[in-house]
Amino acid sequence: MGFFTDTSVCIGCKACEVACKEWNALPEDGLTFTGMSYDNTGGLGANSWRHVAFIEQRKPLGFQDPGLEYGDYGDVDLLGLTAEAAAAGQTANGEDRGEFRWLMASDVCKHCTHAACLDVCPTGSLFRTEYGTVVVQEDICNGCGYCVPACPYGVIDQRQDDGRVWKCTLCYDRVSDGMEPACAKACPTDSIQYGPLDELRERAARRVERLHEAGVEDARLYGHDPGDGVGGDGAFFLLLDEPEVYGLPPDPVVTTRDLPSMWRHAGAAALTLLGGIATVYATTRGRR
Amino acid sequence: MSEAEVTREGVRRQRPGRDAVPGAEGRRRRPGRRRRRGEPTVVPEAEFGSYYGRPIIKPPTWKAADIAGYLFLGGLAGGSSALAAGAELTGRPALARAAKIGALGAISLSTAALIHDLGRPGRFVNMLRVFKPTSPMSVGSWILLGYGPAAGVAAVTDATGLFRRAGRAATGWSALSGAAVTCYTAVLIADTAVPAWHEAYRELPFVFAGSGAASAAGLGLLAAPVCEAAPARGAALFGAALELAAERRMERRLGPLAEPYRAGRAGLLMRAAKVLTIAGAAGAALPAGRSRAGAALCGAALLAGSACLRFGIFEAGRVSATDPHYTVLAQRSDRKAGR
Ligand code: SF4
Ligand code: SF4
Repeated sequence: MGFFTDTSVCIGCKACEVACKEWNALPEDGLTFTGMSYDNTGGLGANSWRHVAFIEQRKPLGFQDPGLEYGDYGDVDLLGLTAEAAAAGQTANGEDRGEFRWLMASDVCKHCTHAACLDVCPTGSLFRTEYGTVVVQEDICNGCGYCVPACPYGVIDQRQDDGRVWKCTLCYDRVSDGMEPACAKACPTDSIQYGPLDELRERAARRVERLHEAGVEDARLYGHDPGDGVGGDGAFFLLLDEPEVYGLPPDPVVTTRDLPSMWRHAGAAALTLLGGIATVYATTRGRR
Repeated sequence: MSEAEVTREGVRRQRPGRDAVPGAEGRRRRPGRRRRRGEPTVVPEAEFGSYYGRPIIKPPTWKAADIAGYLFLGGLAGGSSALAAGAELTGRPALARAAKIGALGAISLSTAALIHDLGRPGRFVNMLRVFKPTSPMSVGSWILLGYGPAAGVAAVTDATGLFRRAGRAATGWSALSGAAVTCYTAVLIADTAVPAWHEAYRELPFVFAGSGAASAAGLGLLAAPVCEAAPARGAALFGAALELAAERRMERRLGPLAEPYRAGRAGLLMRAAKVLTIAGAAGAALPAGRSRAGAALCGAALLAGSACLRFGIFEAGRVSATDPHYTVLAQRSDRKAGR
């Protein structure tokens, strides 16, 4: 089971952020203004398990419009994402309104198939559930913080006051009870969809195709491929630009992939150390 | 939206740090790659977008004093145990004793640093809940458990003169497991998504091994009488040479990703490490290093050099994790290399 987040229909209402906080009883992150956009959450962290990114882009692709005044754009062009919509906007108003677009995307833990956080946890506090998701057991977590820099997506984080780490559980408690996760339930545009992964992947592929047909060339899936560096994500996305524009790594690889080689190199280094010291003694024999 | 165009400076369409347009924020020239004038570039400059310049991955939450200190002390302990075993075998009791006691002190302090970072002692015990080969921290905890008591027995039997045979066995075992302690810490930090650490995983263990040997030599020079310090002088040369060669190779292979090791505070620490290590090792090799004061000075320089190196590497990793530029760069170049 997993999430498909279709960012092309996200309206940035933050219902998912709020629903997640409410359901999981997450503490507040403090009232701070980032001063960069409507995004005052900033990113995923110990107390924010869903994060809506607001990207202001100076891209002559479209304009923010419900699509009612300038004609019928079908079901895909609600946000005026296509070049035609941009052109329509220009002619209708006689001014250049297609110079700017807004991208919104609700980010979440990816629940990687090969999860670095789970691999490196020394206590076994991170585990894989029967739904294929990755969950921290807070009564076992040691607060060693190893999983934090290990996650290639920068998701999991330490809570300041108790030192332990927290992240999205994909609403393990709700899912076990046959309900959908709180964020998916609350999302008014169905930007967040929950279900069996292969079903979601099929739906996502159809959606990308439709967007491409409608002229939204930039639409792409992210994290859907089980052959990628993390074995595919349990939460994948439809993006309208490069992943890094959304603060996502372009090509993440599970950090433990190179571990056997790392141990080999460390073993060789240890032998070099012992050999070197032995050689030193062999060559200084007798000399004081 | 048009009001937002006007900034306080009155510059239109230019809001540094607020644009998420590809290349607008965080765009960098690759250092050391100057374009010759008039020559058209075949490959366009690598450009990338970022989310308002915010980091993609999370920097380590570890405190530098604890974890960089832990790396340094672990290396010192492991190197000292190796030095001690050799000294015992070749009949240099004063050097052996100094190295054994130094190893015990260093490993005790490093464990204390680790526990301090965890928050409370019970959490270290929790580390031994499971054995997980995929987690260098779990493996390391067990290595530490195999090494620490042996180092303790080696030091205590030497100091008290009791149980000589057990002491010998413990000395030998602590030399072997000490080498593991010195080098596993490189895997510990390399097995993260931190670009400056992960991409350097081939050379880091050798840098740590060299630095561990150099610091142990430093301790030997500082604490053992000059008449027994010949192996410490040799170890200083060996350690310094290994450390510097491995580090040079590392920076070469990292290419533009080596930038965090050269810039800012990390760069300062790395340069200080280099100067101190070279000065310490060279001083030890010179006749001046054979005087008591000279040896002590060289020893202190070597120890300080090793500490600077660990803090420098730690800081470089933190910087590389905080700047999305390095995360994207590492992954893009990986893809190009077909890795
Ligand atoms: S995104 Fe990070 S925290 Fe989530 S499962 Fe993957 S490695 Fe773990
Ligand atoms: S902080 Fe907790 S969950 Fe993360 S690796 Fe350490 S023990 Fe495991």
